[in-house]
Amino acid sequence: MTDMTEGYTTADGRRIGPVLMDLRNITLRFGGVEAIKNISFDIREGEIRAIIGPNGAGKSSMLNVISGFYHPQEGEVWFRGRKRPPMKPYEVARQGIARTFQNIALFEGMSVLDNIMTGRLTLMKTGMLSQAVWWGRAQREEVAHREKVERIIDFLEIQSIRKTPVGRLPYGLKKRVELARALAAEPKLLLLDEPMAGMNVEEKEDMCRFILDVNDEFGTTIALIEHDMGVVMDLSDRVVVMDYGKKIGDGTPDEIRNNQDVIDAYLGVSHD
Amino acid sequence: MFYREAGDFKTSYVEDSQTFPLRLDRRAYYVLLAVAFGVVPLFINDYWANAVFVPFLIYAIAALGLNILTGYCGQVSLGTGGFMAVGAYSVYKLMTAFPDVSIVIHILLAGLITAGVGLLFGLPSLRIKGFYLAVATLAAQFFLVWLFNKVPWFYNYSASGQISAPERTVLGHAVTGPNTTAAAKYLICLTLLFALAWLARNLTRGAFGRKWMAIRDMDIAAEIIGVNPLTAKLSAFAVSSFYIGVAGALLFSVYLGAAEVGEAFGIQKSFLVLFMVIIGGLGSIFGSFAGAAFMVLLPVLLKNVLVGQLGWATDLAAHIELMIVGGLIVTFLIVEPHGLAQLWRLTKEKLRLWPFPH
Repeated sequence: MTDMTEGYTTADGRRIGPVLMDLRNITLRFGGVEAIKNISFDIREGEIRAIIGPNGAGKSSMLNVISGFYHPQEGEVWFRGRKRPPMKPYEVARQGIARTFQNIALFEGMSVLDNIMTGRLTLMKTGMLSQAVWWGRAQREEVAHREKVERIIDFLEIQSIRKTPVGRLPYGLKKRVELARALAAEPKLLLLDEPMAGMNVEEKEDMCRFILDVNDEFGTTIALIEHDMGVVMDLSDRVVVMDYGKKIGDGTPDEIRNNQDVIDAYLGVSHD
Repeated sequence: MFYREAGDFKTSYVEDSQTFPLRLDRRAYYVLLAVAFGVVPLFINDYWANAVFVPFLIYAIAALGLNILTGYCGQVSLGTGGFMAVGAYSVYKLMTAFPDVSIVIHILLAGLITAGVGLLFGLPSLRIKGFYLAVATLAAQFFLVWLFNKVPWFYNYSASGQISAPERTVLGHAVTGPNTTAAAKYLICLTLLFALAWLARNLTRGAFGRKWMAIRDMDIAAEIIGVNPLTAKLSAFAVSSFYIGVAGALLFSVYLGAAEVGEAFGIQKSFLVLFMVIIGGLGSIFGSFAGAAFMVLLPVLLKNVLVGQLGWATDLAAHIELMIVGGLIVTFLIVEPHGLAQLWRLTKEKLRLWPFPH
């Protein structure tokens, strides 16, 4: 393996930067159950990093550690070169980490536009009084953020549903709106928990395209959990494999494909 | 075909986010404002003011307040009566302690004091949700009523334990006390309601409204996109209590003139305002108005029909009235759980095509 402190260049010629998030010896316990056992890996700037593994391997727990839902008993989380103290999820969000959920977590009572606008709440600064008066600062701020949000709406091709209440949308579109909301926060690190679960082939292809475009155009670093191996091997630059809370593999898709531990635990062999 | 958005093009985000996107709606709104401010005061008499307009305006303010908390932020409160009492007793203490300061300032200060008290009783919402929170606010209701009964300082040691509003003027017209004209009562309540409704609309359509609604719809997702649940919930409690405090101050000083806390601000008040919000429509400014109108007008209407038209005995009519109002509320909730505001939205949808079927 080459020295990677300054990053590396991918097979398709993208330049990957230095380490953005570094997870060091993370151990997470729920009572007597060890969900994550002494796991270390890093996520580099501009990278698409996949976390895979069988059900119950601790992938979602890992994502919850990164986004501040769970606080590991042992280990350190380093983000942008600094050790992160235990934080509430909303503080993590303000640091520039956005995520989507395995089961869609949108605000059902609000329109698509309002849902995506909530993604920009951390960036909106006017106080309650100017909000109440509306004219002037609050309105200018609202319009400025609306312009940014409209760019994301264009990008994800959801113009026609911007005023529709989210509760009325089909599943695939909801997933897309959730991605839009996460993107609206202009995150440095975007976490996607099974972005393609329950989608048909066409929707999966759309979603893959969006993920690659986001990474390409905004330079967003992406960490994703996914079960579709075809998708994972195609999209990601490096893959972490987990099994029973332990890391059993870490490397490029090619390395993972040929890793015997990973084949035994998760990938299996074809019998034809 | 007459009520539609065709030809009403929006070319900026400012135009796209206005309160009444349709030109026809905007005109209707301006006409309504002109009538409310310019025409009604000329013809209003004591009966209309006391039976219909003033209670409607005051309860609309209270309903706006509760709707911000329950409808927009999703935190159930049964403490409305208690918070109205805080507004009433604050304005009473301020009126008697500083007779030279304008009553309008006193009413707004009473609102601010109530906001502080509401903030305090909102603290449990950080730990508990739903029914449990409702019970915690119920404690606020009973505690506050008990407090205003037990501590004589609040009612200036009056022998009867009541508070009564001395005469205060705005621009030379009495707005509290026995010499107040119907028009003066109506206008002060209308002006405050107009200003507060406008502020509420602005708050709910902007960043704060989105924070509140995000907490209401899914608090975990709200937190993950950077909403601090502490500030979101407490700001909803504070703003909501401000509105309810102003409503309580007006109810006591302008409408009732004299009040005894258990009677005027008991648990029935909490339920009355909660019914208004649920029947009008949770999470809708229009719904607050519609709900207040429904709950204020329906008993008046029934009384007029039963006693005035059918000539029934007053006591019988009063009982029947309770039964009918109760029955209507239940029917309503089954037929349209999203309230009058939703009915209004559906009507507008239908109107876009009317009189053609497609």
